[in-house]
Amino acid sequence: MTSETGVEATAGARHRGATSLRMSTGRAGDKIFVSAARGSGIVVLAIMAAIAVFLVWKAIPALQDNKANFLTAEEWNPNATEPRFGIAQLAFGTIVSSLLAMLIATPIAIGIALFISFYSPRRLASALGYVVDLLAAVPSIVYGLWGLAFLSKHMDGISTFLNDVLGWIPLFGGDSPGKNSIFTASVVLAIMILPIISSITREVFLQVPRANVEAALALGATRWETIRLAVLPYGRSGMIGASMLGLGRAMGETIAVAMVLTYVPGINIHLLENGGATFASNIANSFDEATATGRGALIASGLVLFAITLVINMVARAVVARRKEFV
Amino acid sequence: MAKRIEVSGLHAYYGGVHAIEDISMTIEPRSVTAFIGPSGCGKSTFLRTLNRMHEVIPGARVEGKVMLDDEDLYASSVDPVAVRRVVGMVFQRPNPFPTMSIYDNVAAGLKLNGVRRKSQLDEIVEESLQGANLWNEVKDRLGKPGAGLSGGQQQRLCIARAIAVQPQVMLMDEPCSALDPISTLAIEDLIGKLKSQYTIVIVTHNMQQAARVSDRTAFFNIAGTGQPGKLIEIDDTSKIFTNPEQKATEDYITGRFG
Repeated sequence: MTSETGVEATAGARHRGATSLRMSTGRAGDKIFVSAARGSGIVVLAIMAAIAVFLVWKAIPALQDNKANFLTAEEWNPNATEPRFGIAQLAFGTIVSSLLAMLIATPIAIGIALFISFYSPRRLASALGYVVDLLAAVPSIVYGLWGLAFLSKHMDGISTFLNDVLGWIPLFGGDSPGKNSIFTASVVLAIMILPIISSITREVFLQVPRANVEAALALGATRWETIRLAVLPYGRSGMIGASMLGLGRAMGETIAVAMVLTYVPGINIHLLENGGATFASNIANSFDEATATGRGALIASGLVLFAITLVINMVARAVVARRKEFV
Repeated sequence: MAKRIEVSGLHAYYGGVHAIEDISMTIEPRSVTAFIGPSGCGKSTFLRTLNRMHEVIPGARVEGKVMLDDEDLYASSVDPVAVRRVVGMVFQRPNPFPTMSIYDNVAAGLKLNGVRRKSQLDEIVEESLQGANLWNEVKDRLGKPGAGLSGGQQQRLCIARAIAVQPQVMLMDEPCSALDPISTLAIEDLIGKLKSQYTIVIVTHNMQQAARVSDRTAFFNIAGTGQPGKLIEIDDTSKIFTNPEQKATEDYITGRFG
């Protein structure tokens, strides 16, 4: 093998020698490619900046009219003559439902990824991987319909059970567990973010060096022990990053959540009871009937969501990137 | 605790590819047996059949018999995981677990075997690192990542990890091919020391190395691309390198081909 590459190398050198020192024609292509790539990069940044500027521009007048504290008020009455609105309830609903969705989805997604990567026969694995990826392509309105028409009707049992058994924890407490709760919305969200977490985790598992897996096997590790010794420690930050990307996605989800939740004003710590709202569901539900100030207020709330999602995604990327250091 | 290996009529396949054909040999305990031969001749494949690591590659399978003293490694009642706890392996490239400290790397196999007591772990970790001639270099930084060591140290760490579980046989797949001459010398010294306790099998491309460290040498060859690898001959190392039975062996050793 070494002798072959040696021959190729000398042949290459001879070829280069023949083209003298004049600039080769490949250079023009290089230049075009560089400017096209740079242009695309700039366009992305420009679009992001334009969105941010637009949101701020539209939000400012409404914020100036606001008679309540925008960050701490729980009420949302921007259409009144004395507009009073704040994001406290929306932030609570968004963050809690997404976190819960992430907590539900991550273990299942990792289980799926482990099964596909290490346990299932090869043919089943590719079919299963395909089906999981397909989940990501189902439009969210379908999830919303399913959540509203099917899941919420069947959540009664689970909700009542959780309320009975874990009612002493305030989050599961409350007197009247309902169908259109933040909890139901979280389950729908969990199913929606399952594919992204699972497929990124699978990607991470694929990168586990064969040498590490063989090292564990050669020590006499069973399949599960191999996973624990060589796969999970290596993939840990990748899995954290994947679940945070899922979290970011859950936060921005609109229509499925808007269909499941019934709006009841005010923060309700009891997640099993009807009510709750998220940034996105609130925008979807109230935009049509909003006055000019109302729209400004919704845009301001959208800006907050934009910022939160940006931070979550940045943290997720940073965590994923950190993995490179210790390899 | 070293055991004798007796292989008879062994074939190995990758899917439809016949990788090695009809190999029979005896590997003596408390000695070093070297496998030499050109690339692709199946010596690594054969090595991996000795601890059932061959079959972890999808589609790979083995036919034939490998007796470890009086147990057939390929009997249907035998658990490959149990085989690998008795037949340890060191790989071509050092492969310590990247996320683990030096200590945890050595202790990894012990923990699999259910050793939990800290004092016992400490003791075996020190013993194994000393056995691998690495203790003096790392005793003050056992908590540091194993991946932070030099290549040669990492390979000795992998040897320490392998001997920590007290295997009966140690397989080494070109353990020095990624190392510099000084680290190579350190590993060769170590092999000389380990052979008093273990049955050692080493695959090497370096014929001087085979001559230096081994008691017996097996020469493998292939008739051509796509043909299965075969065992040409196995004999005492001194005989193989001075007066081999087969013409092909002599040609390979004197550098006339390969």
